[in-house]
Amino acid sequence: MSILIDSNTKVICQGFTGAQGTMHSEQSIAYGTKMVGGITPGKGGQTHLGLPVFNTVKDAVDETAANATVIYVPAQFAKDGILEAAEAGIELIVCITEGLPTLDMLAVKASLDARGIRLIGPNCPGVITPGECKIGIMPGDIHLPGKVGVVSRSGTLTYEAVKQTTDLGYGQSSCVGIGGDPIPGSSFIDILGLFEADPATEAIVMVGEIGGNAEEEAAEFIKSNVTKPVVGYIAGVTAPPGKRMGHAGAIIAGGKGTAEDKFAALHAAGVSTTKSLAEIGNTLKELTGW
Amino acid sequence: MNLHEYQAKQIFAQYGLPVSQGIACDTADEAVAATKKIGGDTWVIKVQVHAGGRGKAGGVKLVKTEAEIREFCATHIGTNLVTFQTDEKGQPVSKIYVEDCTDIDRELYLGAVIDRSSQRVVFMASTEGGVEIETVAEETPDKILKATVDPALGAQGYQGRDLAFKLGLEGKQINQFAKVFTTLAKMFIETDLALLEINPLVVTKAGDIHCLDAKVSIDGNALYRQKDISTMRDPSQEDERESQAAEFGLNYVALEGDIGCMVNGAGLAMGTMDLVKLHGGQPANFLDVGGGATKETVSEAFKIILSDTNVKAVLINIFGGIVRCDIIADGIIGAVKEVGVKVPVVVRFEGNNAAVGVKTLAESDVDIIAATSLTDAVQQAVKAAGVKA
Repeated sequence: MSILIDSNTKVICQGFTGAQGTMHSEQSIAYGTKMVGGITPGKGGQTHLGLPVFNTVKDAVDETAANATVIYVPAQFAKDGILEAAEAGIELIVCITEGLPTLDMLAVKASLDARGIRLIGPNCPGVITPGECKIGIMPGDIHLPGKVGVVSRSGTLTYEAVKQTTDLGYGQSSCVGIGGDPIPGSSFIDILGLFEADPATEAIVMVGEIGGNAEEEAAEFIKSNVTKPVVGYIAGVTAPPGKRMGHAGAIIAGGKGTAEDKFAALHAAGVSTTKSLAEIGNTLKELTGW
Repeated sequence: MNLHEYQAKQIFAQYGLPVSQGIACDTADEAVAATKKIGGDTWVIKVQVHAGGRGKAGGVKLVKTEAEIREFCATHIGTNLVTFQTDEKGQPVSKIYVEDCTDIDRELYLGAVIDRSSQRVVFMASTEGGVEIETVAEETPDKILKATVDPALGAQGYQGRDLAFKLGLEGKQINQFAKVFTTLAKMFIETDLALLEINPLVVTKAGDIHCLDAKVSIDGNALYRQKDISTMRDPSQEDERESQAAEFGLNYVALEGDIGCMVNGAGLAMGTMDLVKLHGGQPANFLDVGGGATKETVSEAFKIILSDTNVKAVLINIFGGIVRCDIIADGIIGAVKEVGVKVPVVVRFEGNNAAVGVKTLAESDVDIIAATSLTDAVQQAVKAAGVKA
């Protein structure tokens, strides 16, 4: 078991024949992901990486029965791409693209919520169920099939958490990068709920960062809804207020969204926190007694 | 991207919002001419900087004579204005804005943000205009009125009228306010704003609603479709190194410490800074070389870090996902050869081609401390910075 994706997930790629789409689709295929095709408008009928290219997502879904898509199109076309996938009946949309205008995401989120379609990202590394399916840009070889669910707002921080749980031999059930934007398609709460319900997930690592109050909301959720052990880490203790730290969503605004507040909220919810990103694995070891 | 008040008011005027007649000036002569063009006998002159608190810092003045105007310009143009929102250096003043004077009866507050929790554009209004809205929110949250904009339908007149009645407005002000509210909501969406603030929005002695101040911030990700607004960028208001970094697709934020950090990924960059602090050091900067790092961008990043004279050691932490560690290694070697490095450099590579990267560095004639783990890297960097101090 896992969350969101497994060995049966049929994946298509939007922006398939572009440089990013090509490179990461190659790696996904090599990992064993069931890629069934891709979309590049105007190149329908061609073959790319041994897979059919379609003009529209609808065509791809009709022909391949794909149920997940990964989007690598440039930011100015990402809203269009997400909505096209939603209209075509895709159940899981993973948007890797960084730099979407926030107002585009407001419109996208409202539309997807109304239809009950799951979006992961944008501005995220993607989703992986180790040994089964890799959708996104994460390096496959640091993962190990196992029992820890990882959810994070940051790409490379996810890799750190993953590597530590791999080195300890625990492995991961699934890893989800929800992305660093102020309006993410899925929140910590969405993913925590899925991990709680997944029998293969025995513990959860949650990696947050400064900005917004998603971690505080997650803490409230954990308090009343999550029975599995949770380790929490928050990046940005040293971040100055009012400065955007790389991610569009990572900013302490009006004194709100500090790492201290988030650590405190998680702690109050019974989450085991660590101030050192190098100690995420060890904190999990202590908490679980594995 | 932030705009100056005079630029924000240009956009307000294009939308037909009630703003004062004003002229932006570079010199005292222009300011004097502007008062003649505007007419009347009293004007407000304001320095144009990207910071709040201008009034308290002496950057806003009511003037009646040419001498007063010239004195204000001589005091401010070409200097830096320090307010409670700026750092100790302040923000450079190159423009001042001359406006006709408004007789104020009441001061209100009207602002809008993208609320991350409700995932909507939310307007906030308050009777407590002219003061820090954060303070009002903290001390008397019930004095902040809110209206949420439906992303599909946009703001509606009834929402504006509701706010107007609650603000205690009356008569013609109700519809005037509702019109300002719906127009601002339309402008917010059409110009891709991230933040909008009118503090104060005033009721004039004549009983009309008037936008006395205007502060807007544009979503940087949307500048590609806001061509006119993107030409309004004023680089003089931005940190020089941050702007330089942005040109190369790097995210850089200067900090106070002495350990320069070069990291891939924003989250890991923050996490690395935190780890430096945790082990007793002080990070000199945040720097994310990004997922698409090339030899050139790494080289550029190195130069930006070293241009900070406080830096006593450099810590490079790369977890190769998309980015290959051997490419980073080439970039480091190239930069060291080009600019010369007199401080210790500690490198930790993990992930994509990490072993090749480490080997490349080891075989080069560049003096680099290779770390065995993340914690080891941070400890070595803290130690190296300390030894040199």
